[in-house]
Amino acid sequence: MTLNGEQVDVSFAPYKTLLEVLREDLGHTGTKHGCELGECGACAVLLDGKPVLSCLVLGVECDSRNVLTVEGLGLEGTLHPLQDAFADLGAAQCGYCTPAILVTAKSLLDQHPHATRDQIRAALSGVLCRCTGYLQIFEAVESAMVKIAQQNGSAR
Amino acid sequence: MPIQKDSPERPAKDSPASAGEFRVIGVPRRRVDARAKVTGQTRFADDIFLPRIAHCKLLRSPHPHARIRKIDTSRALAHPGVYLVLTGKDLPIEYGILPVSQDEQALCLDHVRHVGDPIAAVIAREELTAFEALDLIDVDYEILATISDPEEALATPEPRIHEYGEEGNIHKRVALEFGDVEKSFAEADEIFEDIFFYQGSTHLPIEQHAAVAIKDPEGKLTIWSSTQTPHYLHRALAKVLQMPPAHIRVSATPNGGGFGGKSDPFNHEIVVAKAALLLDRPVKICLTREEVFYCHRGRHPVLMKFKTGVKKDGAITGMHLQTLIDGGGYGSYGVASTFYTGALQTTTYHIPRYRFEGCRTFTNKPPCGPKRGHGTVQPRFGQEVQLDKIAEKLKIDPADLRLRIVESPNTVTANYLRLSTVNLSECIRRVVKTSDWKEKFRKLPEGRGVGLACSAYLTGAGLAIYWNKMPQSGVQLKLDRGGGVAIFCGATEIGQGSDDVLAGIVAEVLGIDTFDIRLFTGDTDLGPVDLGSYSSRVTIMAGNAALQAAERARELLAEAVAIRLEVPKERLRFAEKSVFDSAAPEKRVPFHEAVCLAEARFGTIGTVGSYTPPKSPALYKGGGVGPSPTYSYTAAVIEVAVNPLTGWITVPKIWIAHDIGRPLNPPLVRGQVEGSVYMGLGEALMEEQEFRRLPKKLSHALVHKFPSMLEYKSPTSLDMPEVVTELVEEPDPRGPFGAKEVGQGPLLPIMPAVANAVYDAIGVRIDEVPITPEKIVKALAEKRAGRDPRYGPSHFPHVDWPEALRVPPPWEGGDGNAVNDVPRHSKPRPEKEKVLSS
Repeated sequence: MTLNGEQVDVSFAPYKTLLEVLREDLGHTGTKHGCELGECGACAVLLDGKPVLSCLVLGVECDSRNVLTVEGLGLEGTLHPLQDAFADLGAAQCGYCTPAILVTAKSLLDQHPHATRDQIRAALSGVLCRCTGYLQIFEAVESAMVKIAQQNGSAR
Repeated sequence: MPIQKDSPERPAKDSPASAGEFRVIGVPRRRVDARAKVTGQTRFADDIFLPRIAHCKLLRSPHPHARIRKIDTSRALAHPGVYLVLTGKDLPIEYGILPVSQDEQALCLDHVRHVGDPIAAVIAREELTAFEALDLIDVDYEILATISDPEEALATPEPRIHEYGEEGNIHKRVALEFGDVEKSFAEADEIFEDIFFYQGSTHLPIEQHAAVAIKDPEGKLTIWSSTQTPHYLHRALAKVLQMPPAHIRVSATPNGGGFGGKSDPFNHEIVVAKAALLLDRPVKICLTREEVFYCHRGRHPVLMKFKTGVKKDGAITGMHLQTLIDGGGYGSYGVASTFYTGALQTTTYHIPRYRFEGCRTFTNKPPCGPKRGHGTVQPRFGQEVQLDKIAEKLKIDPADLRLRIVESPNTVTANYLRLSTVNLSECIRRVVKTSDWKEKFRKLPEGRGVGLACSAYLTGAGLAIYWNKMPQSGVQLKLDRGGGVAIFCGATEIGQGSDDVLAGIVAEVLGIDTFDIRLFTGDTDLGPVDLGSYSSRVTIMAGNAALQAAERARELLAEAVAIRLEVPKERLRFAEKSVFDSAAPEKRVPFHEAVCLAEARFGTIGTVGSYTPPKSPALYKGGGVGPSPTYSYTAAVIEVAVNPLTGWITVPKIWIAHDIGRPLNPPLVRGQVEGSVYMGLGEALMEEQEFRRLPKKLSHALVHKFPSMLEYKSPTSLDMPEVVTELVEEPDPRGPFGAKEVGQGPLLPIMPAVANAVYDAIGVRIDEVPITPEKIVKALAEKRAGRDPRYGPSHFPHVDWPEALRVPPPWEGGDGNAVNDVPRHSKPRPEKEKVLSS
């Protein structure tokens, strides 16, 4: 599979979930787990650009597919605008659900560069956060959205 | 100052810091550990992978109450890939968080007390192998009768769940009286008696508890664990493993949420430590979500009876509170929790006479313990809902009633809690204004309503868990020639920002940037003791210790720089990574040079600071629970919409004001307020740790109704209402830079404010938490039938209360001692009976 833009070859027991392969066989511990039953959303990663719960996806299903985790969010040593906004606006408290929320938000903004608050709420509703009460997360996503739009504007 | 929209990009003009007072404190900043969190590099306990690591799984009791006749582990031990099987015989020494409740064994020797109680441990090469081998352990149980709730516990002294405690299945009974409460009722114009029930709930941190232990190359033990209290775990490990504490290192990994649920020393931590020592290889455990529900230590279910006397103008003449507490299978923090259910009633409103009786029973359920607001949340619910009823009967607006009776600052209360700053009135005025309360209360259309409630909370518990005269927190600083500063402190980062508190304070004092600081925290080998992240104690205690250490370092630097610049040291300022003459700012040396100058003059630059809370005037037995250096205050208004057909409640908006003293880092403070609001809403509307009996033809066992995140409902991003947060700032002389707590207090008014709003919306009282649609529909049916429009408990069972310790309040000539007990200082007590706190 392609992990964060890089071709990786890995062998593992066939019953292993993508979550386990990422954490145990590929050393990518940025993706977390809170239940391993598809309830909490903490293990979300992007599979071909779409958020999936990596605890419910088998590793073998990901052959020749694109996986993006929090480790692949920033580019060349710089943080992704979402990461910057989360860091600055108090959107990460304990930081445990943060990787899942970040990649889920990225997927949303890729599809909806001008997402509304309601779209953000809906997109993130599968990932539980026990610390923040979500509001600073919404604001961070909105702030990043503005920054991304500005970057795209200046790039043009 | 409203901080709704604070962000680092915002010009610092609005903050007091820009007035020239501070450069770091009060300025919205990226927290020191933010980069690690947003890049997924924060290393949680389960992220630790080591060569040769083995995995541990625990066999847990399927029965709520049983004797273990026999355990046979031979088949499990013979299973390929299994390294070790441990049972209770390997770890027989009892431990527990409180010295008075040393009632847990890492693996039950002969008695299991709840479903999920661990009996044996398998350590194997693969996690899956360990899991498989659990099935190969043969246990012969003798099933015992099960006790499901406190009323049953009172009525069923045998079989005893524990051999210690008051009697039967009563763990702890307390009775305290501060003035003649009966007389105060005789003086009242109206007397209100209400019974409330507060259901238990659990912390539900997204990170499951995990721990990794190793025998290090010198043969000593190191354990990394998601614990809020590394120091207390250190003590428990030394006791159970019979090892010198100097040979044990506990390193608290950043917690993926704690909320009180990682504050006890846990069986799984002790088991992996023992296994690592025996196997001489790293051993890891990560609990499943179901196991986290069995660890619990969450909110105690509490039945409460309030009797309150008031004058026509709303003045309270006296209050009598009784609490009946469901403790679950072990002591945990329960003795402290019991006292806490009666401790803080007097801190918000003036109560001249007060009587409190509390009783905690054992039941065959996972043990309850401290959850955010520890023990004070349940009675706060009852008190604030009753106050709403009082206001209605007296025809006084509930906000105005509270404003009339708010307790004064710098007061000693009837139960001898010394208050410092009290800005509850300002909090009330703020939420009344921002919510447009006067235009909404009793004026919104049917089905919509607003409710108001208030609260107070400790800024750190006055006493340690175990009796000692040492500081509660210590900080060491090391300054190096490159201008780097290292902070060493036992304080534990559980997501609340304790590292950032330390860094912010040190950076402010030394005039440097928080990102020039390295933190070594939560590690018993690396830093001086801090008691842990509980009771909202880190900001005030570790913060004041850091402040002292930083001021001492600044003093050394100032002396050396003063000589170099030939200016009086009093004129020196530390800012912008420089030390300069405030009268001639061009005369300056860079910070790193200041360190070099000081090192040349004084030798290696390292300083220490420590903090011990002020002595409490509460000298009576039990007076150790409740005192705090200062208390935070909160007021909240909540708007609800209730569908009278379905009982469905939605919460469109919440206005909350918190008396913070001074916010050290405003976005983090706001995050704590909103996080508390969120967790409070969960408890108000949906969260419950509920149990059910399996049918008789099965085992009739008492099992957790839904030990899964899917069934244990908690609010999602779709459920979170808009929240308007205001901070009331009056620096408290006891807090570092005036800061008070924020992590717990703002949770407390949420549940009663929802209940009061539901009454405003549809005219029914739900005297119980959670407030579910089912209860609303039932109460509405009562209302339609012309009966009491209420849902809630109707009776409080008989408890044989002990004779109350009688402590005359300060205004009745009391000195803090009980008149019918030997004063504490003249009565020698063994260590075990010392009064506890958390």
